[in-house]
Amino acid sequence: MSLLAFHAIAKSYGKVPVLKGIDLVVEPGEVLALVGENGAGKSTLMRIAAGLAAPTAGHVLLEGKPAPVTLEAAEEAGIVMVHQEFCLAPHLTVAENVFLGREPVRGLFIDRKAMEADARRLLGELGSSAPVRARLRDLPVSDWQMIELAKAFARRPKLILMDEPTAVLSAREADQLFARVRAFRQAGGAVIFTSHRLDEVKAIADRIAVLRDGQIVRVEKAADISEHEMAESMVGRPLSEIYPPRRGAGEGVPIVVVEGLTSPGTVTDATLTIRGGEVLGISGLVGSGRTELFEALLGLRPARCRSFALRGQARRLPSAREAWGLRLAYLTEDRKGKGLLLGKSLAENVALTRGAISGAAWIDFPGERRDLEAAVERYDIRAGRLDTSVGALSGGNQQKVLIAKTLAIEPDLVVFDEPTRGVDIGAKQQIYEIVASLAAAGKAVVVISSEMQEIVGLSDRVLVMRRGRITGELTGNAISENEIIRFAMGLHEEAS
Amino acid sequence: MSDVTARPAEGGAAAPARNLVGFLESTGPLIALILLMVIGSLMSDSFLGAENLSNVFTRSAIIGIIAVGATFVITAGGLDLSVGSLSALVAGVTILFLNAAAQALGANWMLIAVGIAFSLLLGAAAGLLNGVMIVKGRVEAFIVTLGAMGIFRSLLTWLADGGSISLDFSLRDAARPIYYGQVFGIAVPILVLLAIAVIGELALRRMRFGRHVAAIGSSRHVARYSAIPVNRVRILTYVIQGVCVAIATVIYVPRLGAATPSTGLMWELEAIAAVIIGGTALSGGFGRIWGTIVGVLILGFIGNILNLTGFVSPYLNGAFQGAIIIIAVLLQRDRLQD
Repeated sequence: MSLLAFHAIAKSYGKVPVLKGIDLVVEPGEVLALVGENGAGKSTLMRIAAGLAAPTAGHVLLEGKPAPVTLEAAEEAGIVMVHQEFCLAPHLTVAENVFLGREPVRGLFIDRKAMEADARRLLGELGSSAPVRARLRDLPVSDWQMIELAKAFARRPKLILMDEPTAVLSAREADQLFARVRAFRQAGGAVIFTSHRLDEVKAIADRIAVLRDGQIVRVEKAADISEHEMAESMVGRPLSEIYPPRRGAGEGVPIVVVEGLTSPGTVTDATLTIRGGEVLGISGLVGSGRTELFEALLGLRPARCRSFALRGQARRLPSAREAWGLRLAYLTEDRKGKGLLLGKSLAENVALTRGAISGAAWIDFPGERRDLEAAVERYDIRAGRLDTSVGALSGGNQQKVLIAKTLAIEPDLVVFDEPTRGVDIGAKQQIYEIVASLAAAGKAVVVISSEMQEIVGLSDRVLVMRRGRITGELTGNAISENEIIRFAMGLHEEAS
Repeated sequence: MSDVTARPAEGGAAAPARNLVGFLESTGPLIALILLMVIGSLMSDSFLGAENLSNVFTRSAIIGIIAVGATFVITAGGLDLSVGSLSALVAGVTILFLNAAAQALGANWMLIAVGIAFSLLLGAAAGLLNGVMIVKGRVEAFIVTLGAMGIFRSLLTWLADGGSISLDFSLRDAARPIYYGQVFGIAVPILVLLAIAVIGELALRRMRFGRHVAAIGSSRHVARYSAIPVNRVRILTYVIQGVCVAIATVIYVPRLGAATPSTGLMWELEAIAAVIIGGTALSGGFGRIWGTIVGVLILGFIGNILNLTGFVSPYLNGAFQGAIIIIAVLLQRDRLQD
């Protein structure tokens, strides 16, 4: 009998379908990988298995019986989820976090000694030496991930759901995690995990399910599917069709030249040149300082540098508002938190940044309406009604509104941070075309992305970051996933 | 997959219901006010008389002017608890200033004008102080203005030596029309409130500044990442609040001609309540001045009806007001969850 079985699972949020008829089983002692692009439905499927979300249709069976529908019941039944975002309490100690909600007690009091010993053992099994009495907020993010994993194993689960567990881990830490997963599998435990790293999927999974637009398009034994086949199943067409043709780099005028850029705690001594007419890809693990580098450059976080030159003119680093005025635009990765006012209208959102930079004291409402109509046409924004709020649009259309808002100031440099997060393949292709057409028009374009194929497919030049430093640069035909990963995980350093 | 929007879809069968909800949400306070006035007119013959209405409007004007300022602060996601104390302090210091000047220069109309300018500056300075502490000092607005509330009132009590600071008799006649005067048969405080409300509504709805206030209230991060001068706008809302308090104080002083340690007591709560009843989101991001004015009138008429009818003890005024505030926020709940 299978451990967990999904039968015809469907899930929609409002009118937006996220999962459409998922059938999938997990056996005891099996590691199942879910792969798919951002927004394919991987996390939602995991959340349903963990009792965090209820399916709109279909049912889930755990060992042949209806699966628990609340998080508490799921944990009781042996299903534990490790989230992509940390669910940890920063002010508590490591040991307190590992046993949060399940503290060992002696009489009325917490048995601190037993708790700390057990936490040390659980972390040791993951190869982590994080001090169990330290407060979490004092530890680096890779430790947090290990603590999150230790917390999951502490619950003695039958099934662990891991959402991007290696996104913040170094190569060595990831290996230790995989060793722990193999031991867990040996003992009869099952794991469902997601990852953007197709090589590690291939290395650790027994079976691989490919999701695309809420459906399972392929399930294979790991031995029977190559990384390239996985990638093509994820997007549903040959990779060569998705990305616009490459142009070749390094010819344009330098727009921004910065030397020794440092932002305390996140970016160390970064030196880079961004030229007009090129797409510069920025890669690296989550937490490697990609976003922070450009936020520091554009005045969004405190920073200093040895020198900064804009279009050949030396000057000091701009403040956030100055940067926009100098036509340096940053499109945030956090669309909901930093990009759009979800409760406000499309017209207001599109006009927001340009209005703040160069708008008159009185708002020109008819003019904003005309600008919106032009943006809808140009960026193919699909909204039922134009006077609706941005929050009512799908992810892809929200992203296009954000692009329209960012490009409304007609920037010379645009930094796209995760430009295709949570958008469907159609919108994705359109966004790639916008990126390519900006570069073709002589603008400097930076693309920060955790999707390796996106970096490889779009970039004329790639900078790879690791622990706040730029550790590698790749140009033209030297740009490949393998090379990027080597720089991102520090394998070049470890080899030398 | 947190990127998927979990919003009910537009159009279709849901549209009429949604429109009804939208209609109630946008006009709810107005409907409540009309209901209240119908009840009032049924319970008392004198309720709809010109004298009674003018009386309620005039008394509401002072809280109303303060509440217009509070609408800006709250829409930007802030809070100002110090308005009542500030009003007392501005009243006291302005009276001391005027009394001293009157002895030196003699009382005349010009001096009153200087006194008004003086109190406006005082209010703006206090607002600036609050704003800078909150924005640059990065201290919670609740804490800063709670502290300011204590400081301002205590300063006034100290200046008054625990008693009252009275306007010099030579100045009373000159100042009197500010509260008791009429233009075209309408009391001056009502006209001032109207003017400030109209300016406020235009600034909040039609001007870039108002849009930035609402944007900052909906999401300070989005505002910052959209090149909006967040700090300047936030500080400015507190300055506006300070100026509004000063204007209200200028109108209030001629009424009693004195400032005492109990001047402006609990005004902050009445002003905030009016703003919330009017449909401005307590968490910021959306505000409307006309709603605030309606909110002030609702509070004013509740007290008035209780006084006129004797049906329920006027001592229960606070209970009615409290219940209405809670109901208003209950009705706002859906929007607040966005």
